[in-house]
Amino acid sequence: MTQIELQDVSLHYFTPKEETKALQHINLSIQEGEFISIVGPSGCGKSTLLSLISGMIIPTEGEVRLFGEKVKEPSKRIGYMLQHDHLFEWRDILNNVLVGAEIRGMDRKEAKERALDLLHRYGLGEFVHHSPKQLSGGMRQRVALIRTLVVMPEILLLDEPFSALDYQTRLNLSDEISSILREQGKTAILVTHDISEAISMADRVIVMSRRPSTIQSDYRIEFENEHGRPSPFHTRETPEYHTYFNTIWRELEENVRT
Amino acid sequence: MSVPNPKIMTASSDVAAEPFIQRAPNEKLPSVQYSSYLRKQRNRNLSIRLAQWLVLFVFLGVWELAANMSWIDTMLTSKPSQIFASFNELLIKGEILHHTWITTKETILGFIVSMVIGTLLAILLWSSRFLSEVVEPYIVVLNALPKVALGPIFYIWLGDQLSIYGMAIAISIIVTVIMVHSGFQEISKGKTKLMESFGATRWQMLKMVVLPASIPNFVATMKVNVGLTLVGVIMGEFLSSKAGLGFLITYGGQVFQMNLVMTSITILAILSVVMYWLVNMAGKKLQKIYHFD
Repeated sequence: MTQIELQDVSLHYFTPKEETKALQHINLSIQEGEFISIVGPSGCGKSTLLSLISGMIIPTEGEVRLFGEKVKEPSKRIGYMLQHDHLFEWRDILNNVLVGAEIRGMDRKEAKERALDLLHRYGLGEFVHHSPKQLSGGMRQRVALIRTLVVMPEILLLDEPFSALDYQTRLNLSDEISSILREQGKTAILVTHDISEAISMADRVIVMSRRPSTIQSDYRIEFENEHGRPSPFHTRETPEYHTYFNTIWRELEENVRT
Repeated sequence: MSVPNPKIMTASSDVAAEPFIQRAPNEKLPSVQYSSYLRKQRNRNLSIRLAQWLVLFVFLGVWELAANMSWIDTMLTSKPSQIFASFNELLIKGEILHHTWITTKETILGFIVSMVIGTLLAILLWSSRFLSEVVEPYIVVLNALPKVALGPIFYIWLGDQLSIYGMAIAISIIVTVIMVHSGFQEISKGKTKLMESFGATRWQMLKMVVLPASIPNFVATMKVNVGLTLVGVIMGEFLSSKAGLGFLITYGGQVFQMNLVMTSITILAILSVVMYWLVNMAGKKLQKIYHFD
């Protein structure tokens, strides 16, 4: 089933000095349960694309459809995970995780149960009443993911969620988060500038061109493995990974040069 | 002394026993160097305190001596022993407490009113970008204007009692609005984007992020505000009043009673320090509650 559809979407930014064409004629359709990565040169509007899908920005031309309906405002069926965790210092971990549910006026008791369950399941059970300052960067980002999951989104938008972390935490966390998302069967779109992260986590990698950017290519990522898809960490050792990496790398290189 | 961790014992069971006993005291007790560092720090802090008191006593001593030796004219300068005597006299009559209380009451009320109204105005400006841009030049003018110049207007409009509050609030409220409002604008864009991504309303944004995230800024504003309010109260009392420390100072000046002037100024100095200290403590408490410490 098609969950997300972008039909000929363009987005222009206006400032008193000029008009900037950020995105041009984007056509994209994403199926339920797919994990998509979007890569592209910096400043090409990858994050803007996520904001468009989430309904936080309305396109200048064309339309974004979620579950067949035109997007006009932030959708409740979407969860957004940002580059930084933005945990609130004045709330403990449990109450941080409940922020989204509180905004959306969800049943507090049910939300709390879900939150506690997720926190325990993903190794944060003993930090429920800690303050965010007491947690490491990787743990904080896991809290941020749980905050997004508590509102039970069907689609997850991940805007470079690992880029503020050190390399080791980043590898571990991308493993964990991709397994969490696959386990929960969510549709996910990951924006990243890291090609290896994009390939190792996703079913499809979308390459965007420079500004005014559009979708340049769309790769289906498949691994031959009798035990199902290997974890992101292990995909990095497969021969397919290297082929994908080189192809996408070369494409981005050309993109930058021309 | 704590019981050794069994895990460590088993991990290196063959060699653990002896080195462990030798190492344990080193880890528990501070090293000789650290103890001497601590001692030096303590001595340094102590000598700073002593020097601070010494400065005060030398100043008072020289003042008293100069007065007694007639190097200076006590009609113009008064002297510590006279100030102390006049303080006692006023204290016995109960007058000084009355005047101090009047000034304290005026400052506390002025402080609370300007904090509350200032914050409400800042919220209003935050809620409408259009409004805040419209009133910006007026705020700049009001901020630059020496509020003391408004004294006669307050006196005519509000009378001799209320005009003191008028002055106190006029001096502190504009700064409060500016500080609180600019604090609102410095709140991380990421936090507001996060709120928007969940579809938060403006009211939720205010309640859940803007106000709690502004706690450290509120505390800073309160510290500035308490000082300014006191300035306003004293200015107001100078212009028109029948009581308060500001009244005592102007009255003492008019009847050429330097003892009274100096005594009132001393009490005012103590009062301002106590008020600042109270606000500082309240601020620390507030920051602790909201985990900003």
